[in-house]
Amino acid sequence: MQDQARLAELRQKFGREPAAPSEPTAERTPREAQPRFRGLESGHRACQGCGEALAARLVMESAGPDVMVANATGCLEVFTTPWPQSAWRVPWIHSLFENSAAVASGMEAAMKAKGQNTKVLAFGGDGGTYDIGFQALSGMLERYHNILYVCYDNEAYMNTGIQRSSSTPHAATTTTSPAGKERMGKRHLKKDLLSIIAAHHIPYAASASVAYPQDLQRKVRYAMGIDGPTFLVVHSPCPLGWRHASALTIEVARKAVECGLFPLVELERGAVTNIMPIRQVRPVTDYLKLQGRFAHLTRDGDPRAQEERDHLQALADYNINVFGLAGDGDDPVDTSGITTVGRGGPLAGRPQ
Amino acid sequence: MREALEGSQAIARAVSLCKPDVVAAYPITPQTHIVENISKLVAEGDLHTEFVSVESEFSAASVVLGAAAAGARAYTATASQGVLLMAEVLFNIAGMRIPLVMTVANRAVSAPLSIWNDHGDSMAVRDSGWIQLHAADNQEAVDTTIQAFRITQETELPVMVCMDGFILTHTLEVIDLPEQSVIDDFLPAFEFNRRLDPADPKSLGTLVDPGYFAEVRHSHHAAMQKALSVIKDTDSAWETATGRACGGLLTVEGDPGAAVGIVAMGSTVGTLRAGMAHTPEAGPAKLIKLRAFRPFPTQALIEATQGLDHLIVIDRAISPGLGGILGTEIAAILADVPNAPKIHNHALGLGGRDIPETIYADLIEAIKDPDAPLIFDADMAKLAPEDR
Ligand SMILES: Cc1ncc(C[n+]2csc(CCOP(=O)(O)OP(=O)(O)O)c2C)c(N)n1
Ligand code: SF4
Repeated sequence: MQDQARLAELRQKFGREPAAPSEPTAERTPREAQPRFRGLESGHRACQGCGEALAARLVMESAGPDVMVANATGCLEVFTTPWPQSAWRVPWIHSLFENSAAVASGMEAAMKAKGQNTKVLAFGGDGGTYDIGFQALSGMLERYHNILYVCYDNEAYMNTGIQRSSSTPHAATTTTSPAGKERMGKRHLKKDLLSIIAAHHIPYAASASVAYPQDLQRKVRYAMGIDGPTFLVVHSPCPLGWRHASALTIEVARKAVECGLFPLVELERGAVTNIMPIRQVRPVTDYLKLQGRFAHLTRDGDPRAQEERDHLQALADYNINVFGLAGDGDDPVDTSGITTVGRGGPLAGRPQ
Repeated sequence: MREALEGSQAIARAVSLCKPDVVAAYPITPQTHIVENISKLVAEGDLHTEFVSVESEFSAASVVLGAAAAGARAYTATASQGVLLMAEVLFNIAGMRIPLVMTVANRAVSAPLSIWNDHGDSMAVRDSGWIQLHAADNQEAVDTTIQAFRITQETELPVMVCMDGFILTHTLEVIDLPEQSVIDDFLPAFEFNRRLDPADPKSLGTLVDPGYFAEVRHSHHAAMQKALSVIKDTDSAWETATGRACGGLLTVEGDPGAAVGIVAMGSTVGTLRAGMAHTPEAGPAKLIKLRAFRPFPTQALIEATQGLDHLIVIDRAISPGLGGILGTEIAAILADVPNAPKIHNHALGLGGRDIPETIYADLIEAIKDPDAPLIFDADMAKLAPEDR
């Protein structure tokens, strides 16, 4: 558990007073008037509408301030720390692309050795998590380090210019899985990382989405309270790589959940303990048609496009079946502004 | 206290005396006994450290990086393939100026697969920006390991202590391990000013554009040069504390009036010393034992070679297509020195090829042979004619 006295001290030093939001004044921008800890400051160099930047800000608000971060190479690292500037208000280190879980393991070992209980966070993109950093992550989970690992999943290597990763959805185009006469985008499936994480039987693993900030933050808070390895994958649209308007980030993320392609689930010790039910399931085409990376799938009269759309629909249906996502009933704790997706499942009543 | 200890066991005990907060390592021959002995010390409660048994050398290096960045005294050890697997992290540790210590139980690099000694592994990361110190015997390896913890703290440069695999790591010798109180006086508590600390948050390892990169490299190079005096002073302080020194940057022994000099690193020095004593008919030589390979003690080497007609430089690794590594570097250093000795560069003992005492006489004899091969002890008879 985190040291409450130390938390209060750090909040006092770096955070905003934990009072109700106050009205912005000439001296206080709306942002400053918010009663939140700002571990990731504004003013960094992310693209407009970057889902990853939003996700990281939300994670830091709920996790900070008594934390330290190990960040893998990728967009989040690059856009937040062009020397001599840094957008981080917590101790933060970037080493390499594939070792954030191992660097974090060392930081956590140091905290243990020194009898401190600052919580260690490890951040990586999907490339740094599903692919090149996967071994280090598995080692970290197996050794049971007290670390919250957050994967910001924008479904491709964005920092190097939108190349496919093992998290890129089937049939999506990237610069290394383009559509052409012979190809309909990525030929392989999105890796089911959460199941692999679950096989480590860690205390807590979950998926979240920037479209559901309160749900995301609840998951972060829950993970922060656990002494042991926890894992969160956050679906984070990338307007540049997914080719959608910057203003549509939240809508795109929400539709991914609503069609079943990105299920929001929680697992404890490897077993599913909670899901976010979808009250009104949408067809995957509602999601696909918003994004340029799937443009080749929405061409009329192309039988291959139809086939791939059916394929993606089948994948979404599979998720809906496996996790029992098609739900109904009242929202136990609704997410602001969202009317079509509710939260429930066996642990819905659990303290937030 | 004097005890008969295997080299690896002695290193484990020396590390333990330095009270590291975090140790992370992955087993590889001939380093394995070091990790095993440390694990045993931890299991018996003789060493209180967070021992992180990682899933690869890549993670071992990453763990000690993270631990030291978070303010912990950290240690790791590896060899050969492990050094190469770590390579990316090693450059990163040095570039970030993270203080920590690593033992390299020097071993050849595959292919062909060989578990035996040469310096191909540590040479492969020669330009990583680490301090590299070579131990000539196990007492030196122990003393240098302890000194390394002080040097790394003072310079904010990571230190690699290189010891010949098997020849040193697996040899039982009488070792003098200092009392804990001696170490406690010699080695200040670990402090790292840039450590990750929520009360004073810093960002480490940020992106640097072309406007700053050259300056970072400049200051790293400058720090390495300043480290020359730190290495020397630390050895002097050690001598004051224990009555024993390791030879600072380099030492010169043998006949001070000799016209021939021999430069070597690691256990080869002992072999040459014995050869010199047992085959006096081969003629006298000045034996230059190089302890600091990085930073390179350029000035000290120039002074040590003054007055020599011939300088035999022994490498235990080669850069294929060029020649010996140490030999090439020393040739470059002496290029502008007036009356510099003629350099005869040979590689010996690659992949564990035994170096006999008779090598001393053979090397001196080979000065007369302009066609003496680079890999001095390669047996041409074993090669197809077109490969000779
Ligand atoms: C060993 C290594 N290989 C390749 C790279 C180049 N590289 C840097 S970031 C990156 C992709 C990052 O993708 P992801 O982890 O998905 O993060 P994103 O940028 O999408 O947030 C790549 C390939 C590298 N830095 N290191
Ligand atoms: S490329 Fe994508 S992930 Fe990277 S900063 Fe831009 S929007 Fe964010």
